[in-house]
Amino acid sequence: MSELEITASAAGRPGAQDAEQSGRPAEAARRPRINAVEIAAGLLALLLLTAAIAPQLLAPGDPLAIDPLSAFGAPSWTHWFGTDESGRDIYTRVIDGARDSLVIGVSATLIGLGLGAVLGTAAGTLGAAVDFTVNRFLEVLFAFPGLLLALLFILVFGPGAGSAIVAVGLSTAPGYARIIRAQLVRVRSSAFVEAATVQGLSRARILGRHILPNTLAPLLVLGTLGVGQAIVWAAALSYLGLGAQPPAAEWGAMLAAGRTYITSAWWMSFFPGLFIVLTAVCATALGRAIERRMRHA
Amino acid sequence: MAEPLTVARSSGGRRVRRLGVLIGWPLARRLGGAVFVLWAVATLTFFAVRLIPGDPAEAILGGPGSQTSPEALAAVRAEYGLDQPVFLQYLAQLGRLATGDLGRSYALNMDVGPLVLSQLGGTLLLAVLSLTVAWLLALGLATWSTGRGAMARRIGSGLEIVAAALPHFWLATTLIVVASVWWGILPPISTADARGLVLPVLTLAIPLAGFLGQVMRESLTTALESPFVLSARARGESERGVLWRHALRHAALPAIGLSGWAFGSLISGAVVVETVFARPGLGRTLLNAVTVRDVPVVIGVVMVVALAYILMTILTDLASRLADPRPTTNTRTPGGAQ
Amino acid sequence: MSAADAVPLAVPMSGRPAPALRVRNLSVGFGSQTVVRGVSLELAPGECLAIVGESGSGKSVTARSLLGLAGAGAQVSADEISLAGESVLGLNESAWRRRRGRDVGLVLQDALASLDPLRPIAREIGDSLRLHTKLDGAARSRRVLEVLTAVGLPDPELYAGRLSGELSGGQRQRALIAAALALDPPLLIADEPTTALDVTVQAQVLDLLEEIRDRGTAILLISHDLAVVSRIANRIAVMHDGRIIETGTPNEVLGRPTHPETRRMLAAVPVDKPRGTRLAPAPEPLLTPEQTAGAGRLRVAERPSAPATEVTSGSPGAAPDARTPSSPDLALEGIGLNKTFRGPHGTVQHAVDDVNFSLPRGRTLGIVGESGSGKTTTARLALALTPADSGVVRLLGEPWSVLPEKQRRARRRLVGAVYQDVLASFDPRLSVREILRHAVAVAAPDGRDGANRRAGEARVGALLDDVGLSAALLDRRPTDLSGGQRQRVGIARALASRPQILICDEPVSALDVSVQAQVLDLLDELQRELALTLLFISHDLGVIQHVSDQVAVMHAGRIVETGPAEQVFAQPAHPYTEALLAAVPRLV
Repeated sequence: MSELEITASAAGRPGAQDAEQSGRPAEAARRPRINAVEIAAGLLALLLLTAAIAPQLLAPGDPLAIDPLSAFGAPSWTHWFGTDESGRDIYTRVIDGARDSLVIGVSATLIGLGLGAVLGTAAGTLGAAVDFTVNRFLEVLFAFPGLLLALLFILVFGPGAGSAIVAVGLSTAPGYARIIRAQLVRVRSSAFVEAATVQGLSRARILGRHILPNTLAPLLVLGTLGVGQAIVWAAALSYLGLGAQPPAAEWGAMLAAGRTYITSAWWMSFFPGLFIVLTAVCATALGRAIERRMRHA
Repeated sequence: MAEPLTVARSSGGRRVRRLGVLIGWPLARRLGGAVFVLWAVATLTFFAVRLIPGDPAEAILGGPGSQTSPEALAAVRAEYGLDQPVFLQYLAQLGRLATGDLGRSYALNMDVGPLVLSQLGGTLLLAVLSLTVAWLLALGLATWSTGRGAMARRIGSGLEIVAAALPHFWLATTLIVVASVWWGILPPISTADARGLVLPVLTLAIPLAGFLGQVMRESLTTALESPFVLSARARGESERGVLWRHALRHAALPAIGLSGWAFGSLISGAVVVETVFARPGLGRTLLNAVTVRDVPVVIGVVMVVALAYILMTILTDLASRLADPRPTTNTRTPGGAQ
Repeated sequence: MSAADAVPLAVPMSGRPAPALRVRNLSVGFGSQTVVRGVSLELAPGECLAIVGESGSGKSVTARSLLGLAGAGAQVSADEISLAGESVLGLNESAWRRRRGRDVGLVLQDALASLDPLRPIAREIGDSLRLHTKLDGAARSRRVLEVLTAVGLPDPELYAGRLSGELSGGQRQRALIAAALALDPPLLIADEPTTALDVTVQAQVLDLLEEIRDRGTAILLISHDLAVVSRIANRIAVMHDGRIIETGTPNEVLGRPTHPETRRMLAAVPVDKPRGTRLAPAPEPLLTPEQTAGAGRLRVAERPSAPATEVTSGSPGAAPDARTPSSPDLALEGIGLNKTFRGPHGTVQHAVDDVNFSLPRGRTLGIVGESGSGKTTTARLALALTPADSGVVRLLGEPWSVLPEKQRRARRRLVGAVYQDVLASFDPRLSVREILRHAVAVAAPDGRDGANRRAGEARVGALLDDVGLSAALLDRRPTDLSGGQRQRVGIARALASRPQILICDEPVSALDVSVQAQVLDLLDELQRELALTLLFISHDLGVIQHVSDQVAVMHAGRIVETGPAEQVFAQPAHPYTEALLAAVPRLV
């Protein structure tokens, strides 16, 4: 603090010798440090990405190789997560399924965020009439809670992995749109936008320089948090037989395949599901970590 | 001794007036909005199902590829009004919906209205029970983990994050394996009695409790750091008193606001849960209808769910206004992130 | 503070009454940081002791440790803390709870936040009774009404059932005091009890506290404001950096301050200090020789020229002359301004009601008024941020408010603005450098960033220099700066376009008095150097008196009195001005 004061007054003006806030620790110390949870989430994310990009690094076997002799094997040293009804190795399949699940989750989130950003930004920038219309439209979409919109979409366009991606993206879009619009309205009426007006910035430049960057900054957080949810929803559709179809190693589809054998081979459903949970928790932890940093940036 | 009475009377009168202002006008507006949303939902679904490829008459008679005579097709078209222009069909559909007629199922040989009504009760029971249990779990965890130091807070917040990430289908199967297959204490499929409800309700309640808990924790932390809590402590209030008399009410406000959305997500979750636990209900009816493309049933269920959701958001809105009688109501947005 | 000759604890009631509060050698630390160092206090029944200090001086922590509420992680140590003759050192939590509210009451600053906004005030006040007595509900409500009557809340039966948000600021503060007094504790700790209040309401609350003191309650008054406490305190203790640096009667402390820090605080108070008087000490002691070499050019006394700035009028050597308008032109003029806002349930609020003002070049017009008087709306009308319902604002003799924004934009650079919540006026993503670079770029004739990067950079450096900030702060974010530094960045941004007029809306209200003094000095200097015209808006009559040539007093949307500062403050013509002036706390 004292060093700061001296440099502050070096310019010859009476410097800012503020006595205020001296009880507060230096700002740098308040900036969040990386904690154990974030490290764990980061490592997990790395593992999942490796599984998605180069599964053979983690599981060299063939996820579709059947071995009827060792069907329904419980978890063991040779088959860490056990085997399924055709003797396929669950571990290999779970690792192999990371790509499908992540691709589906990320694409669905991108669709949802993209639609949400377009709707939210339109509502926040194109005037009262558009705002009113978009808001009513969102209200209507909210009346299809949760997966209902996705189910309606699948009713029309039929089941499948592609359908599931678009369906989940559609279902998440209204939520994103509402958040983005609220953020935009908040930024638009903020004091710094007003200050920019006073400085003589044109509306277009205020929009481009202040409003949009501050509105869209939280998208990274929203997206990271949303990927977990999107994977869960897409897996739910697969589980219900409306998304990716067996024998694809997508986690939801694997769970669906294991459903018949719950009583005898719990590992067939447990491990794919566990990876869904881990991915979702990892996404939440990372999203929150980014959020904390952005708040203090 | 007249003073207390005066207080009671005047504040009572004020309260009634306040209720009128808080509830009367907003309620009227909300009901108007509800009618609009229902109309829009009906319109959207009507035109959405027009996009389904193929001839609906064929779907009624057993799907494409089945050998149907042109006469039979024509008869079906006449029966369902499919030979009319689209706009007339739309008007007819709206007219039927306005009178509560949800049409006739393609796949099941019955009217959609009675079908949906017979399934509605079970799902509502499931949703209401789950919402209650989720609230209790979230409140319990929040009260347990505040005022017990950083470790308890971290455990509480970690549990909430994990709970919120649990997919219904996985939680359901895991619960079945543990409680039914290994321990054998609860039935794996949902029987009609109370024991059959335990696992489905837990499946729906635990993830929701995670969401509500995260929201509550944030506002609870804010409330506990606010000056009015310091004032209460300076008055000699105990930590428990601070929690129950002051902080929890503030913590509950945003969670109450979210309950309308939560109810909707429960109904959506019922699709999975009712399927896993082989429990009759709206969700399973909807899933079956989507699978066999039984359009009238899908529309019927969607309309009923939309109606239930809208009523629930109105209810939670009223609850919010009662729990937060401040005249300057900041707009609470239900929904938000999923 | 002579704790040594105080009555020892062992014989509490030997002849003279036990002191309401006695503290010896209190220290409070958080982790490695010590915020209160060896504080000793003694307070007799019916006495008011004021602890005065700036933020961070440790005064609030001291007050809270006397209730056992210093906070989680606080290490409190003392040789003695006793309330009403009984030691409270080392009490466990439940023993503390029995004393809080009964032996000592606490009144906090912001009553809106300090009373639970969801509960009627009667419940809040009744809580102390519920916690410490066995009174039944009816008896409790009787007592609540009694206390509310005692604190002078009109019509207590009506207000008891209301939420704190439904009361006015003064009523609310009375209710908060009532909650602390419900059990008639022998000691009342009031932590900045009048800080958020309008000056007339503040005077009423101070009167109430005085009345309570005269009834025999000991009051420990915590404040940042020497003038406020001098009104009711019997003794004043000045705190700085965790220590009590000076104590004495108000006359002693205000009249013959011994500690330099106290003198500095007193000098910073702008009330009754003529224009141009420095409020903050010159910064020489902080400068190293080599820094002084490059720094001298902008010092007030020896300002030879101001190469970085364009002085358009007056000779730089004779600074006061720059104030004399070089031409009779009006810089800013408001004619017949009206603005109404629609409230809920169809109510109409006349925020600005037929306001006229004219501001000659190089002069300062101070607008003063209490909250809700319409002064901020007037500022927004002057900035053409809000369209007036009727009336016009003219800038440098030309139309301003009636222009479409597109045409006005080019002239906006003539008017700079300085805000109260300066942090909120900065884009949170930007560093100080980016904020100033943007401001410079907007003001540049071609309006493009890339066109003249080096010149822009130089201009940013010059601006920082002008407001007395080091270039070392350039790459920080405003959140990492202190309040005074932030306001300096805000002023630098306003100056980026070389404006002729600066509109300052409560620019120093969020600052400590010594920082306020520095910022006021800075504005004064800048005005002389740059021949700026100032529209200065504040609720603080002392500040307005210090900075203004002309003063306009606003009340309920109208200007009730206007005239030269000396005249308005010496011979107020309007009864409202008189009432305002009478309510201003003055250094005795």
